[in-house]
Amino acid sequence: MTQNEIQNIRDDFPILKEKVYGKDLIYLDNAATTQKPRCVIEKMTDAYYRYNANIHRGVHYLSQVATEANEHARATVADFLHAANRHEIIFTRGTTEAINLVAFSFGEAFCHAGDEIVVSVMEHHSNIVPWQMLCERKGMTLRVIPMNEAGELDLDAYRTLLNEHTRLVAVAHVSNVLGTVNPVGDIIALAHEHDIPVLVDGAQSTPHLAVDVTELDADFYVFSGHKIYAPTGIGVLYGKERWLNAMPPYQGGGEMIATVRFEKTTYNELPFKFEAGTPDYIGSVALEEALNYVQRIGLPRIAEHEHALLDYTTRRLLEIDGMRIIGTAHEKSAVISFLVRDIHPYDMGMLLDKLGIAVRTGHHCAQPLIDSLGIPGTVRASFALYNTTEESDRFVEAVKRVSSMF
Amino acid sequence: MTDSIYTLDIMTIKERQDQIIEEFNQFDDWMDKYALLIDFGNSLEPMDEQYKTPQNIIEGCQSRVWLHAEMHDGVITFQGESDAILVKGMVKLLIEVLSGHTPDEILDSELYFIEHIGLREHLSPTRSNGLLAMVKQMRLYALAFKAQNAQAH
Repeated sequence: MTQNEIQNIRDDFPILKEKVYGKDLIYLDNAATTQKPRCVIEKMTDAYYRYNANIHRGVHYLSQVATEANEHARATVADFLHAANRHEIIFTRGTTEAINLVAFSFGEAFCHAGDEIVVSVMEHHSNIVPWQMLCERKGMTLRVIPMNEAGELDLDAYRTLLNEHTRLVAVAHVSNVLGTVNPVGDIIALAHEHDIPVLVDGAQSTPHLAVDVTELDADFYVFSGHKIYAPTGIGVLYGKERWLNAMPPYQGGGEMIATVRFEKTTYNELPFKFEAGTPDYIGSVALEEALNYVQRIGLPRIAEHEHALLDYTTRRLLEIDGMRIIGTAHEKSAVISFLVRDIHPYDMGMLLDKLGIAVRTGHHCAQPLIDSLGIPGTVRASFALYNTTEESDRFVEAVKRVSSMF
Repeated sequence: MTDSIYTLDIMTIKERQDQIIEEFNQFDDWMDKYALLIDFGNSLEPMDEQYKTPQNIIEGCQSRVWLHAEMHDGVITFQGESDAILVKGMVKLLIEVLSGHTPDEILDSELYFIEHIGLREHLSPTRSNGLLAMVKQMRLYALAFKAQNAQAH
């Protein structure tokens, strides 16, 4: 992208003009959450101003407009993921809720004592704990795919983990700590040889690379709106119809029912069976706006820009004495975890903050991964489409300055 | 006992706090204040290894703090440690202010220096560095030693 294009994009994000301690904000915590473009913020306001009404049950005009907007958003998400059917798109609060939904409902339908779930060593706690809870509930075992020193999953080891007890494989498309882009296509193909379904955690992939769930043949694919320029509180579970139909509801309440009698309640069809309570229809239309925004710029161009930033920033960081990059996978997304000498991540993060730079420090909700690396945590810079090489330069200079203080 | 380190203890908790505030206030720039905090961190006497036990750990989300307390001749001596230097600096300051004082002096004291030197954010619950829990723990030790003392008499 040209300087001009980036500047135009930056102008879409009002928050980027904010000052922090009197300094220009440099926001490099995009893997935690992204900033929102004006069109998304205005979409929410507009929805509240013009067509706010509870969806799906009203016969009145406003309710119909709101319902149509929500269902239009669902169709847009289905297109975005290249899903075969829009009813395979379930709106959730985010990635975490989507995984919990599958862990509960799939678990109820298909899992028994002695069964196994396979995850990888680099999973976010959100893709570990729900499966641990399932294992505890049913008397099952969690198996873990190891990785090599670069932070790439060991597919040979993965093969040996798949057996007749394996019920499901749950793996991140992109690691939130290492930036590794996992070969989920291969992971899914290998699991399918044993008729094992695969859930892909797409929280860190959807903002950065084009996803095609049909081509991947993913059984479940989940992501969060707020990491892709949409508001917090809205997320997506894609699930193949045949799995979703065979799974019991996750939560009970309004919307998810067909008929309710005290003797027996029957459930609604997909996708509503899994959307108990008043849905976040404001969130869904804002998510649609965010996806359209991303599509207008184009994910391949976004990926190209972010890759250039990743390469440039990595190269410049390596100028610093004692710099250690954590995660050097061949296929990497725009996430850089690092440590300088033995400087504690907390110390680095606190001082970078004073220089106006927002980074993440600590274990990034991936404690098993951090423990396996034998480090106290990392400092993580993560990029988005609005970051610039000037910001990278200022970031690198700040890391140099802070490093010299210890 | 390492009484020699605590010759400053003739100062009251308030006096030492005021002195620290003065030391930090000579700098306007944030980075200078933090450089001073790092100096304090580096000057923290290493904790006796025997006290770096799991029981003495105050676990934070981002960094860990160890704290040990003893009472001799009516005054409490604290030892502390952390894996992050900025946190170590705060530990050093807290120990300098509170160590060598009686349980009553500690319980009656008001810790205002942290706010005045602009480092309050280190004590915010969201920073989860274990410091807030450390301050609570120091007061708990004072309370415990006071109760122990009352029983002994």
